[in-house]
Amino acid sequence: MGDATTATTAASTANYPVNSTMAKAITTGLRASMERDPKVILMGEDIGKLGGVFRVTEGLQKDFGEDRVVDTPLAEAGIMGTAVGLALRGYRPVVEIQFDGFVYPAFDHIVSTIAKMRARSLGHVELPIVVRIPFGGGIGAVEHHSESNEAYFAHTAGLRVVVCSNPHDAHWMIQQAIECRDPVIFYEPKRRYWDKGEIGPAPSRGLFEAATVRPGTDVTVLAYGPMVRTTLQAAQAAEEEGTSLEVIDLRSLSPLDMDVILESVRRTGRCIVVHEASTFLGLGAELAAQIQEKCFYSLEAPVLRVGGYNVPYPQSRIEEDFLPDLDRVLDAVDRLMAH
Amino acid sequence: MIQLLTPEGELVESAPQQYRDIAASLTDDELRGFYRDLVLTRRFDAEATALQRQGELGLWASLLGQEAAQVGSGRALRPQDYAFPTYREHGVAWCRGVDPVNLMGMFRGVNHGGWDPNDKNFHLYTIIIGAQTLHATGYAMGVQRDGAVGTGDPDRDTAVIAYFGDGATSQGDVSEALVFAGVNNSPVVFFCQNNQFAISEPNEKQTRAPLYHRARGFGFPGLRVDGNDILAVYAVTKVALDAARSGEGPSFIEAFTYRMGAHTTSDDPTKYRLSAEVERWKLRDPIERLKAWLAHEGKADRAFFDAIAKEADDLGADVRARCIALPDPAGTDMFEYVYGEDHPVMVAEREEFTAYQSSFEGAH
Repeated sequence: MGDATTATTAASTANYPVNSTMAKAITTGLRASMERDPKVILMGEDIGKLGGVFRVTEGLQKDFGEDRVVDTPLAEAGIMGTAVGLALRGYRPVVEIQFDGFVYPAFDHIVSTIAKMRARSLGHVELPIVVRIPFGGGIGAVEHHSESNEAYFAHTAGLRVVVCSNPHDAHWMIQQAIECRDPVIFYEPKRRYWDKGEIGPAPSRGLFEAATVRPGTDVTVLAYGPMVRTTLQAAQAAEEEGTSLEVIDLRSLSPLDMDVILESVRRTGRCIVVHEASTFLGLGAELAAQIQEKCFYSLEAPVLRVGGYNVPYPQSRIEEDFLPDLDRVLDAVDRLMAH
Repeated sequence: MIQLLTPEGELVESAPQQYRDIAASLTDDELRGFYRDLVLTRRFDAEATALQRQGELGLWASLLGQEAAQVGSGRALRPQDYAFPTYREHGVAWCRGVDPVNLMGMFRGVNHGGWDPNDKNFHLYTIIIGAQTLHATGYAMGVQRDGAVGTGDPDRDTAVIAYFGDGATSQGDVSEALVFAGVNNSPVVFFCQNNQFAISEPNEKQTRAPLYHRARGFGFPGLRVDGNDILAVYAVTKVALDAARSGEGPSFIEAFTYRMGAHTTSDDPTKYRLSAEVERWKLRDPIERLKAWLAHEGKADRAFFDAIAKEADDLGADVRARCIALPDPAGTDMFEYVYGEDHPVMVAEREEFTAYQSSFEGAH
């Protein structure tokens, strides 16, 4: 299931391990998918000659041509709607949404058509479309360029939603997403695009599996995307104060890898969910609900959420007040440990 | 407005020669076939309306009055072409060979469409207004990438047709489809059935200019055809599809027609239009004009018309029986088709649902 055996096989010819930024890790992942499958085509605004505003598709149009790296008209509904048609014809479109806040014109095609087509056709038609969305804040951007709208899509049956947090995962997860038969919303934490790391020779795990990125004993901290690094830093600081945090990178928001999550919380008895998105009805709300349903008697304390406030994403001069950081995670740890 | 056959069933000698030639090339068998398609389509549509009134369908969107627009365009398609319908293209579905009972599934509530679109190259009905015009355009972009345009091979070159209504032209999706098709020179024909109403709102609430004028602004041709004249609709659609297949790009056809019935069975058109207007359009009926012409030309006789009437009644009875016999899906079906790959929530919820249902077993 989405564990990219094909990707793994193809990797043997490449020169791994390699050091890369997350942005370039996605570029090379896209390139590998395009080399492997001629039906894979990229669509988006400014992704061709310019290589995308974050340069994630840099060089690909030169090598694969304008029919496979398509500079589309500036219309997100049009991009997503034509991606549906291309998928119906047997292509595997990978759509780049330029910034998180620009996905809304395409929302109708995603939730009304892409998510539902398989069920509507009783399994006759599958739409293996990947929607790449650079998301999240922390880069001092203007309005509509810093949002975390993953809950909208995670709430929609028929979609799968994944988030990468490091170059290795970014490189392999994009290939796994492209090989998935179901539509996948692929979130890329834009403020981590320039983080460097080593890409290993194979995916670490299936696309929809969570990863325990730091083992611990006192508190389980669930994070994804940009907050994984923040949470790991918090865990380092907590350890110096004598508290052991277990950090889980969720990687998949729909479906959630509840086995890994619940096993951890049963062991630690305490849990914090960290995300940039506003907490109200965010992923933290769903996780807290499921955790209290499924390991109520293991809990030593209520599940806490650390996230964005329930306001429109603020102007960049005060975005650091909105975004969870190391101190807000540690503050939640202190509150939990007081129980 | 292109017209080849007047409402009285007389040929229009002043019509463009290109279209007259196409009509003239139709064999008597093909022309009688058109008549049969029109009558049978109207008949099963009427049966579906009756089934709704009797509670067997939750809703029905009648095509009454639009038969010529649908059959004329549908018969211009080749097998490899692909049609993207709204939810009212029962006549096009008929031409593509889709079983009429399949069209009733979603209105009966046993599925949301359910047929395999690739079986007859007829996509699922789309209720989101205008969305299918973009799906059609994307499909046409795929056709281009497959090298199935402009090869000169009549069995390979492929066109796509997107159906939509006058109301849909107000949707951004339709304008975006025209943009994408235009800049990509895609082999897609935008076939707008202007039936004068978007539920209750007349044309003047949707547009200031004639709809077919829009095509020019997007850089490709548009024309208006008498949508109740099957010969004209067939001819203009054939020209447009041929152009698309040969690589000349998209075009826009406005089939000027009239929705004789309600928007759907839930609607009450007496609240927003005058019966005198409906009466005027009755005189332009698409079936009567073809019948008059066929009879006058000696291309069909009374025995033929009687046989078609009989066949139509048989179709009505058959569709009725098979519609009523459509089985309800199992409750667990809701979990079956959501994802192609394993999904833990589907597994867990199906188990939860099944356990809950079985808890009633043996209860009184």
